[in-house]
Amino acid sequence: MTKKPLEPNKKLDIEYILEGLENYHPARKGWTWREVPSEGIDMGPFHYRDMSRPLKNSIGLPASKYFDHIDPQPKCVVTAEIASGRFEDDLRRMRMAAWNGADHIMVIRTTGQSHIDGLMEGTPEGTGGVPITRKQIRASRKACDLIEEEVGRPINFHSYVSGVAGPEVAVLFAEEGINGAHQDPQYNVLYRNVNMYRSFVDAAEAKKVMAGASIFQIDGAHNANATAKAGWLVMPELMVQHGINCAFSVAAGMQKDLIGLSTVPPDSPPAPKLWYDLPYAVALRDFFSDYKIRAQQNTRYIEADIEEAVRTHTVDTLISMLTSADIQSTITPDEGRNVPWHYNTIRGVQTVKQTWAALDGIKELVSLRHEGPLGGMVRDLKERAVGFLEELVEEGGYFAGVEKGFFVDSAKYPERNGDGIARDGKGGVGVGSIVPRDKDYYAPVCDHFGNNHLPAGVKHACDPIHGCTLCDPAKIAFIDELDPEDSCGKRLEATRPYRTGNLIKPEAEWAGDGTVLVQLFVPQNEDIAPVYALEMAKKMGLADPEVVNTMVLQPAEGCFVEVKGKVTFDIDKTTLKIPEKEVVLPEQELRDIVKKLGLRVVAGTVGEDEHSVGLREILDIKHGGIEKYGVKYHYLGTSVPIGKLVDAAIETGAHAILISTIISHNDIHRAQMKKLAELCQEKGIRDRIILIAGGTQVSRDMAKETGLDATFGRGTKGIHVVNAMAKALKARGVV
Amino acid sequence: MTDERIARFEKRREELRKLSDDQLKERFWTLCNQVVEPIVGLARTHTSPSIERSVLLRMGIDSVSSHGVVDRIGEAGLLGKGAGHVVLKLAQKTGKDVRAAAAAILEDKEVLQGLF
Repeated sequence: MTKKPLEPNKKLDIEYILEGLENYHPARKGWTWREVPSEGIDMGPFHYRDMSRPLKNSIGLPASKYFDHIDPQPKCVVTAEIASGRFEDDLRRMRMAAWNGADHIMVIRTTGQSHIDGLMEGTPEGTGGVPITRKQIRASRKACDLIEEEVGRPINFHSYVSGVAGPEVAVLFAEEGINGAHQDPQYNVLYRNVNMYRSFVDAAEAKKVMAGASIFQIDGAHNANATAKAGWLVMPELMVQHGINCAFSVAAGMQKDLIGLSTVPPDSPPAPKLWYDLPYAVALRDFFSDYKIRAQQNTRYIEADIEEAVRTHTVDTLISMLTSADIQSTITPDEGRNVPWHYNTIRGVQTVKQTWAALDGIKELVSLRHEGPLGGMVRDLKERAVGFLEELVEEGGYFAGVEKGFFVDSAKYPERNGDGIARDGKGGVGVGSIVPRDKDYYAPVCDHFGNNHLPAGVKHACDPIHGCTLCDPAKIAFIDELDPEDSCGKRLEATRPYRTGNLIKPEAEWAGDGTVLVQLFVPQNEDIAPVYALEMAKKMGLADPEVVNTMVLQPAEGCFVEVKGKVTFDIDKTTLKIPEKEVVLPEQELRDIVKKLGLRVVAGTVGEDEHSVGLREILDIKHGGIEKYGVKYHYLGTSVPIGKLVDAAIETGAHAILISTIISHNDIHRAQMKKLAELCQEKGIRDRIILIAGGTQVSRDMAKETGLDATFGRGTKGIHVVNAMAKALKARGVV
Repeated sequence: MTDERIARFEKRREELRKLSDDQLKERFWTLCNQVVEPIVGLARTHTSPSIERSVLLRMGIDSVSSHGVVDRIGEAGLLGKGAGHVVLKLAQKTGKDVRAAAAAILEDKEVLQGLF
């Protein structure tokens, strides 16, 4: 099968991704870190200290246009969690995330998959996540293989090895080239109520398989932050959880540098976050210096307010930079109110990218004061963690401790609230299912953990079957679909008009979902405001409206409200009048025209406006203004009457008048522009002078109605203005 | 009880205070290893239906068949031999490949009789 590389201006071809999957095998296996030059990186006007190599194709932060369009990439791997329930729609989001700087794509599983006793197959629709199956992984990995080539950086694809089918899932991941996975037997026990013995026996096998495929492991300890009532108090216990999973993983055969701690700064403002989160971050990095740190952002206290989430996540990223992070994960800021939307996934990635760029090299400028209160707090946490372990050993070890409710108690150890999660060794999912291995137990495969009695004469475990699937991928058994009715093929059929046809609908998660968000201020109290917003959305014609956020600004004066709903109509792309793209003449041709005519202009800011920055940028050579192309200008300043400009143009024999109108109320800018055209008409010079206006509230299509030759809005450069003058002169036959 | 635990911790802490940072870290890891040691031993000497299904997957048997085959082998009391071992033994005995042997077990679990 020929490989079809992606084209930046063409949509991902989902049908092509799904073609020939039965024979698709990943291009590579194992985890990849970013390339970080030790001498730092020079980009645009700056030198960066903590950045990795830039991407081939990417979207920079909005302000990057002021800095030569640079898009510095943090040195840590950056995670985006993408799992809407329909993986075929997630693939497009993965591409958008990669263009914005994510190189670790994490797919959360559909609700309940951890209790499914075996692998799922096919591509059924998920709830709150994606059913992880061989076909879904293969298609996603194939898409990631194309996307990573397009952006120029490897993408780590990630999911979860937990629940009662851990070893099978691990084998599936190893076979299909998954690069990272969560694996933590404690998570199964505490949060999924899987029988504790089963969970650990399975985990050893799963970890061994993961190690064989160099899959990076992330543990599940951070869940205690999200579960305990006071997440910031469970820190000594969390260190113990991390320690147990690390020690167990190494014993199962994992390399330390492929084991990551999943750690979250446990607090959120208005709490004095740094006093809790920083000592914890330092203590962890001290004890776990041989392991990798995956820094997650806080979810425990994130609810409906997206901006609040972004601000907290910015501080979380600051803590990563003050300490260290090998992987910086992002939380979509809308996670607290809905299944994450496309653009909120991107916002999460941008939060990290922006913070990281701003704080680049922070450790060369500031350092932590260990001799202050920090040192004492760090030491206190460590002693409590060791004390926890000593008590655990005294009380009979790990399993006994779980039965006694040692874990996820919301008090600070050694205090207890008695609200820990206790599990019975004789209970839970899969109880009684582990079996002792006989003396002649044998598993004829690679990467198998524990006692394995190879028959006499057998050197390598899988020799008798002439190689297992880990040695020979051609042996992997591929199942396409088990239920064709609940499959991506059916879903893609329904969304085809929106993906490859001419119909357009807005989209939050799935092609054609029609979801939109309306933000409004309602000058009513919090009882009335959301009810009003709902009614308004209904009258706007939105289906299934739902208020997702109400923020009181003042009890009587009103609320900020966000209401989501679905647009019920399609718009056909071919009925839209798309303005033609302005084609800029070659720079040399522009210079030649300017030179030939000795092009001169008069310019000024009109009306009662003292702003001059915008126009100066259009004029001055320093900002790449029209002067750069040889145009001579006569600048009359700010608050210039139109008449004065016209008179000056006549006096100096200028070829053009350039006016700028920046801040305008009641359409004053429009009136000024019309007046300019009319006055030139009156004075009889309209047909030999070029009239151009610009400003923040001006747009390109305003030229016609105001009688000017060209009008420009935000983001205009000198070259655009020269180009417009050259075109007008050409049209008049002057050149 | 709680007061007693806290008193014990305070006593423990007096001892821990005497340790340097490096010694405290070493103590942490010694205890972690001590906690997981018996669990690793349990894992080394036991297996589970999921482990056995994962072995069959690695032998090239699809997930749906693996499930049924491990169930049949478990019912026959042979999981302690290793499901892969059982399938391989049947394949060698009958001259079939492992996929065909797995299919044979699904068709009639009587084929497992007298294999060991």
